[in-house]
Amino acid sequence: MSVLDIQSLTKDFGPQTVLQGLNLHVAEGEFVSLLGPSGSGKSTVFHLIGGLLQPNHGTIYLDGENINGQTGSISYMPQSPSLFPWRTIIENVILGAELFGKPDKEKAKQMLQRAGLGDYIDAYPAELSGGMRQRAAFVRSLLSPQSFICLDEPFSALDEFTRVDMQKWLLSIWEEERPSVLFVTHNIEEAIFLSDRILVLSEKPANVMEEINVTFDRPRSEDVMLTNDFIAMKKQIYQTLRGE
Amino acid sequence: MKNWFHQAWRPALVMFVILVGWEFACRMFQVPSWLLPTPTEIGVEIVQGWRDYHHHVLSTVHLTLVGFVIGVSVGIMVAVMLHLLPKVHQAVYPLMILSQNIPIIVLAPLLVTWFGFDDLPKLIIITLVCFFPIAVNMIDGLKRTDQDLIHYMKMAGAQKRQIFTKLEFPYSLPSMFSGLKISATYSVMGAVISEWLGGNRGIGVYMTLASSSFRTDRVFVAIFIIMVLCMVFFGLILLAEKLLIRSQSSGKEDQS
Ligand SMILES: Nc1ncnc2c1ncn2[C@@H]1O[C@H](COP(=O)(O)OP(=O)(O)OP(=O)(O)O)[C@@H](O)[C@H]1O
Ligand SMILES: [Mg+2]
Repeated sequence: MSVLDIQSLTKDFGPQTVLQGLNLHVAEGEFVSLLGPSGSGKSTVFHLIGGLLQPNHGTIYLDGENINGQTGSISYMPQSPSLFPWRTIIENVILGAELFGKPDKEKAKQMLQRAGLGDYIDAYPAELSGGMRQRAAFVRSLLSPQSFICLDEPFSALDEFTRVDMQKWLLSIWEEERPSVLFVTHNIEEAIFLSDRILVLSEKPANVMEEINVTFDRPRSEDVMLTNDFIAMKKQIYQTLRGE
Repeated sequence: MKNWFHQAWRPALVMFVILVGWEFACRMFQVPSWLLPTPTEIGVEIVQGWRDYHHHVLSTVHLTLVGFVIGVSVGIMVAVMLHLLPKVHQAVYPLMILSQNIPIIVLAPLLVTWFGFDDLPKLIIITLVCFFPIAVNMIDGLKRTDQDLIHYMKMAGAQKRQIFTKLEFPYSLPSMFSGLKISATYSVMGAVISEWLGGNRGIGVYMTLASSSFRTDRVFVAIFIIMVLCMVFFGLILLAEKLLIRSQSSGKEDQS
């Protein structure tokens, strides 16, 4: 089980307030996106959940337990792939598991096969393309022992074609395992295509401006992006972000 | 092999031209050999004198290796300690830099006064010149560890010890090797200088004897040997670096 519950979270950096009374809930097996402009404090939310930072106010509960300032409770995929350059891909993806015991190399190999990285198991990160590195970083977060997954703009550095491929790939993996996911992005289409629910963040200080339930059937195909409902939702979110 | 030749022929040619010019100049102006011997005379002495000087070479190599190992160990320990204990870093780092400002020429006789003519003062001198480049470079490398990677490790729940062994230490290896390369050549020089202190073996001794008896050709033989030793040593470090440091792009992974 992994349920995340954030209550009235506030974070200041010196004089500037980045988060102001943020409330957020992710249910078991739910895929929730945080959508907000660049610099609105999305990564800061993750750093707080991950225990890198202490909130000024508010509490973060994971499965009912207060995890303020406590590291190692979530599985995290950072904004940059953050692979270790001297480790091969297989050694990289087992890192999260390695910190807590003996990692399962066979399972890691299978996951890499499924991620289309079967030929790169013993390659170094420098030999991979940007998309492949993101996939490796995602596999690493799946193999980590923590079951709640936080993804910080995993595809923002990729080109449009690769990004759609990666989104489809992510969905296919997610639908098999159904972990609880908190996903951060500034791409509206990406948020709609992937999520069960979208939380739109305001500019600084960030707060949830609007909450949108995405009810398209799963498993989703990319055709859904061309439906009228999808485009209408995109327009609605766009207007919210523009402050109209 | 071809590639190696491609890189080596230019410096080799320059070297050759210098030697030929030297040879001709000496012969033309009939420079006495105690003042400046010709390259051929030096070459002959290198070959013929081998039986007289080879035990000096062995002794110096031995001293260098022992001193180098001690110096490197001290350097790595100092770097790790100062990195893990920031307060100690603050207190000790300036002293470490000051230690490099003590002129060896002044320190050496003092060390003999304190520790006698054993190997101990010699090893202290080599350690003193060796540990510094490694310590300084490695501290830098440890400090420069990619912040994103540190953040990842912390969020993943790594303990301080794991962050050090799995991330910071491997991250600092390329920097450590920059230090090792400098120390490798320093250690040979340090050994020769320390041999001037006394004792009856080593290139330093051979050199002093040669120069006091006006065997200038032998002084050059000594210089030649020191240069060869430095190069061999440097080459070994390069080799170790190649074997040890994996992945082509050592250091920071480039942005995707
Ligand atoms: N450690 C810190 N110290 C001071 N200010 C910080 C720190 N971390 C973040 N900030 C500030 O907080 C604000 C939000 O940063 P954050 O990285 O969370 O934004 P973001 O929404 O993730 O942006 P992006 O989409 O560009 O990644 C920024 O204005 C930034 O300057
Ligand atoms: Mg961010």
